[in-house]
Amino acid sequence: MRQIRYTQALNEALHEEMERDPSVMQLGEDIGPYGGVWEIHRGLLSKFGPMRVRQTPISECGFIGLAVGAAMSGLRPVVEIMYIDFITTAMDQVINQAAKLPLMSGGAVKVPLVIRGEQGSGTREAAQHSQNLESWFVHTPGLKVVMPSTPYDAKGLLKSAIRDDEPVMFLEHRLLYGEKGEVPEGEYVVPIGEGIVRREGKDLTVVSTSYFLLKVLEAAQTLEAEGIDVEVIDPRTLMPLDINLIVNSVQKTGKLLVVQEATVVASMGAEIVRQVVETAFDALQATPRVIGNAHVPMPYSPVLEDTCMPSRGDLLETIRQMAVGTRSKRIVS
Amino acid sequence: MKERLRLLELMVTIREFEELTRRLYKEHVIQGALHLYIGEEATAVGACAALRPDDYILSTHRGHGHCIAKGGDLKKMLAELAGRRTGYCRGRGGSMHLFAPDIGLMGGNGIVGGGIPLALGVAYAVRYNETDQVVVCFFSDGASNQGTWHESMNMAALWNLPLIFLCENNQYAATTPVADTLCVPDVARRAAGYGMPGEVVDGMDVEAVREATARAVSRARLGEGPSLIECVTFRYEAHCMVLADHRKRPKGETERWQGHDPIDLLEKRLLNDKQATSEEIASLRQSVLDKLQEAEFFARESEFPDPEEFRAEHERGNWQCVR
Ligand SMILES: Cc1ncc(C[n+]2csc(CCOP(=O)(O)OP(=O)(O)O)c2C)c(N)n1
Ligand SMILES: [Mg+2]
Repeated sequence: MRQIRYTQALNEALHEEMERDPSVMQLGEDIGPYGGVWEIHRGLLSKFGPMRVRQTPISECGFIGLAVGAAMSGLRPVVEIMYIDFITTAMDQVINQAAKLPLMSGGAVKVPLVIRGEQGSGTREAAQHSQNLESWFVHTPGLKVVMPSTPYDAKGLLKSAIRDDEPVMFLEHRLLYGEKGEVPEGEYVVPIGEGIVRREGKDLTVVSTSYFLLKVLEAAQTLEAEGIDVEVIDPRTLMPLDINLIVNSVQKTGKLLVVQEATVVASMGAEIVRQVVETAFDALQATPRVIGNAHVPMPYSPVLEDTCMPSRGDLLETIRQMAVGTRSKRIVS
Repeated sequence: MKERLRLLELMVTIREFEELTRRLYKEHVIQGALHLYIGEEATAVGACAALRPDDYILSTHRGHGHCIAKGGDLKKMLAELAGRRTGYCRGRGGSMHLFAPDIGLMGGNGIVGGGIPLALGVAYAVRYNETDQVVVCFFSDGASNQGTWHESMNMAALWNLPLIFLCENNQYAATTPVADTLCVPDVARRAAGYGMPGEVVDGMDVEAVREATARAVSRARLGEGPSLIECVTFRYEAHCMVLADHRKRPKGETERWQGHDPIDLLEKRLLNDKQATSEEIASLRQSVLDKLQEAEFFARESEFPDPEEFRAEHERGNWQCVR
């Protein structure tokens, strides 16, 4: 099968959905002649014109609000936020408007909106350009949250997100943009809310998304040589979460580790552990764990950024420790 | 005359500093985001020349020039850009976020428009403390489309704050030309809507920028409130090190602006007015290069911050979850 880059997969999804449905439109900074700073909008302006591919001023609060209003009026806007960090300037429109209007209106209005953009740490861009904000959005009722890790999923999930009648936060990772993967030529979609087992194993369940998933898969490969058999689950969608897939796996392995790039306190990883503990406590043979970024604004200096993120070595060591089961099972009587 | 040479020296320092950062970026000594100020030197230097050392400025993601013009230490700047413990922010901030309250620099900002309300707050504190300091808030055309800008313009005028909105209209916001984002032909015109004076000046002419800023400063010091100054200038280089937007500009556009270069302009004036010889200018340039070489040496030789110390400093870091 052909291999394409993650950015190209996104570009194809945008082209195909705009061709399929005349109500689909794009909004965002620099998405016009340049085709977006990440080049995900290449070719859209010349094909669909400025009414459907609207390059905006740096006015995030305004144009996200515009997108919500347009969505209420029958359009299907797809908004690019250049770095997810900048969504903070538009939070009222996301949290108080987009997420709430469908319920508040008693269903009188729908908000078929996609807000997509990249996030992530590890590129030495310091505190205001290095956050992973998925947990904020998961925490807000009324939003769906999608986090594809492969070009295949990026394309298939973006198509589903655009066709969805609810607001969807579509979170990419800038270090995934250059990654290549198999994507078929023809039409397909990946449904929102379905996770996938990326690797089968019996010793330990590791749940991971987005760019960290690649590191987890590589670690699993390395540990195979040591006789450690890791099962890797990629939820792909965080809201709604495919919790059954995770619980079934934990029921088999008895151990759960969530690996994420987001800071851990009150995060998605913590939430996954909560749900597993509540539904499958008896299956657990070791204390479930979450590893992720330290609870500090990300410092610039490479040595400091590195100390704030789990390294490859940290990941391997954590999996090793959990796999051999050094922590005894807690018994509730 | 001495003052004119000082203006020239500062502009040359900024330009050569930026050339140096470009080299260090290629060597990965500087990493992450780096936005060059080349072409815009006259705005920072002209504006800061109208300020006292105890006046304040707020800067942007493209802030090296502001820091140098306000009297920043080249060694501490470069060390910060290289992520060293000897840097202005001990390696925590980097290029977009230089903080140096000792020289009145209250911070760069990675969020476009993020620093503007902060400038409002600094100006409020000045009024609160009843001193006669003033605040200059630097921003570019793109930021004038953020809600924060409009809200701050209103409050600054409403409460008569000693704040100068200093727009560096460099014709682009990333890849987007200013004509595609502004509903009026220039930013200065917007001042009228907020009841404050707005003025357009040639941002390549350092002395014109200084004069315009001096007028706004004296208004502000006398308690007559805020002003908006729009400096018309140009960014010669790419938006940042990972984009090539400057190669897609209309043909000849960059060259046209380079023909009106701020450094050349002042050099010509100095020569014409016989206030300096070309030898003197060459030796000024050489002394700037020497200082930068020292700063580079300092940055390269400086230690990185100690991760263990950092962890200890941040007790709430939840470090057990990193591993
Ligand atoms: C809120 C926000 N939106 C978008 C960006 C990404 N971004 C960084 S600089 C920039 C262009 C800024 O243009 P302008 O204000 O004119 O400043 P200039 O780069 O010209 O100095 C953009 C879009 C950001 N940093 N913050
Ligand atoms: Mg600009």
